[in-house]
Amino acid sequence: MGLVDSIFSHERQGYYGEYGGAFIPEILRTTLDELIVVFDSARRDPAFWDEFLQVMRTYSCRPTPITHLENLSNEVGGAQIYLKREDLNHTGAHKANNVMGQGLLVRRMGKKRVIAETGAGQHGVATATMAARLGLQCTIYMGAVDVERQRPNVFWMEQLGAEVVSVTDGSATLKDAINESLRDWAHSMAHTHYVLGTACGPHPFPQIVAYFQRVIGEESREQMLSALGCLPDKVFACVGGGSNATGMFLGFLDDPEVELVGVEAGGLGLATGEHAARLAGKVGSSGVAQGYKTYFFQDPEGQMQHTHSVSAGLDYIGVSPILAHLFDIGRVRMESATDKEVIDGLKRMMRAEGIIGALESTHAVVAALREATTMSADETVLVNLSGRGDKDIFTIADALEDENWKRFLKDKVGKL
Amino acid sequence: MNLQAYIAEQLTERKVLLMTHLIAGFPSLEANWRMLEIMAEVGVDLVELQMPFSEPIADGPTFAMANQAALEGGITLDKYFDLLRRSTQAFDFPHLMMGYYNTAYRLGHGPFCQRLQSNGGCGYILPDLPIEEYGDLFTESAERELTSVMLMTPTNTDERLAKIGAKANGFVYAVARKGVTGGHTDLGDELYEFIARCRQVTDLPLGIGFGLRSGDDLRHLHGHAEIGIVGSALLNTWQRDGEEGYRALLQDLAAGRS
Repeated sequence: MGLVDSIFSHERQGYYGEYGGAFIPEILRTTLDELIVVFDSARRDPAFWDEFLQVMRTYSCRPTPITHLENLSNEVGGAQIYLKREDLNHTGAHKANNVMGQGLLVRRMGKKRVIAETGAGQHGVATATMAARLGLQCTIYMGAVDVERQRPNVFWMEQLGAEVVSVTDGSATLKDAINESLRDWAHSMAHTHYVLGTACGPHPFPQIVAYFQRVIGEESREQMLSALGCLPDKVFACVGGGSNATGMFLGFLDDPEVELVGVEAGGLGLATGEHAARLAGKVGSSGVAQGYKTYFFQDPEGQMQHTHSVSAGLDYIGVSPILAHLFDIGRVRMESATDKEVIDGLKRMMRAEGIIGALESTHAVVAALREATTMSADETVLVNLSGRGDKDIFTIADALEDENWKRFLKDKVGKL
Repeated sequence: MNLQAYIAEQLTERKVLLMTHLIAGFPSLEANWRMLEIMAEVGVDLVELQMPFSEPIADGPTFAMANQAALEGGITLDKYFDLLRRSTQAFDFPHLMMGYYNTAYRLGHGPFCQRLQSNGGCGYILPDLPIEEYGDLFTESAERELTSVMLMTPTNTDERLAKIGAKANGFVYAVARKGVTGGHTDLGDELYEFIARCRQVTDLPLGIGFGLRSGDDLRHLHGHAEIGIVGSALLNTWQRDGEEGYRALLQDLAAGRS
């Protein structure tokens, strides 16, 4: 059995090596069991995947293209760099894949309401979009800190008809939004589906999210083969919860010659402790929280630690159990990029290629540029640009200390 | 301690027992001690002492906030077990640890049970640990006569309830409604039907928790369940009305037992 098959069929249900499982209050057991049944019947139905692809072709922009970054590759003077353009999806990120897929499952279950957590806001916007399209009620939980730094996304979620609940518990970031979503679900599960946004949480969520996101890797593999006649030497993807990386890597898992590199948030630098590099920073340890077992950023007594990243989407304590397993067996290597490197990398790609990457995705770009330098010109690297950066305009303008932007804001405020 | 035998003995004197809950370190260890003294004063039958966790997914707003505040206040496992030891030495009621599985997982099943036992605890309630994931926690607990309190919930299928019933010991914690801790529960036919479903799969005493807040609520359990479990109502009262209000509520709850 290949590695991909091993992820979709387990000897021990919901486990990837040591990680995964379903550590949830008993009140949710029946709901998760029902979800497992619906998901299993959907994926046994050959029409389901076709239906999913059809939706993604006509409502989003699948297949998303691959762009050769010629200018940056020349600048770097090493490997040729290619970008998988998940930023061109409807709503601007790979999140659309998972959300529309789960939307089709919701339709099969006949539920009338969806809830979701969001960090950067991309998953929230994607879920609100899906809910509007499918005529579902929608509530989005978002940490108060993230509401603060991603106001444009909050605006759009509300305009799309979703209720956005600001979560002030804990560190008021992504992990706390997940806790609050689980609490809502423990009450509302009879008519509500929880659209978990990343390949984490209790079984079957990691598997469901991986199932839909694998479209990224499968397309990429075909596109690289048809464009170059060979596979890339290395594939890079940023890792917060890990959904875009899992989706991308699944396309190449059974190609041992392709090196897979996950890139975590290095924050203010690994030495400062202010980061979210659970694996690359060697600070993660095995633990159980939020319904699953994985490497968590926690203290020796198992209390979760504060994480930091300039990008809300990577600012998270845990990592997909699928990636944790692939890391353990040495199939995926983990690296990190700091906030500062990311801002620099973002500027560099904007100027050289005219592409505005999301802060999250730019972590992967930074690591790819770093390594491409030491590779030869006949080698290739593929980077998943999981999302676009327009949504980060406030954070980025702040980081770039753009005076004209500040003047514009002051002016706007003055006119209120 | 044989918890089931203790419960049977207490039930010779009253129609339903009272189990109360507090969170170690919230609002402070000193306040915890006053709470425990008042619990002893009114003769509470069992106490669950919660070890705070940073991701308390089964807890509603009151307890979620309390978990966080207790951690910010510096609660640690050493302080938790110290409070447990002092309390089990000073007071007669049996003490159950309540918390999240990561605490036991990080300590290791053996050391977790060992520390619980050596500090006088008689068992634990881990609401995010399903029976499939216990592993050797069952045997480690049994060796030290620790009770693993299982939870049954109204959304469980009969088949699932039977599986839980087969693993249960001491008593079963029957969750009165959907949702998380705190909030309101209707103590009516729906609950009694759920209790009847639990009885089909276990002969153990049933404790009813989630949403109980008064002596009258306990009276509604007479003839239906063996233990009434009260948590959020007590903490809310402590914060709103202070020690005197807390004592008055506990007296009302204690009176509701018979």
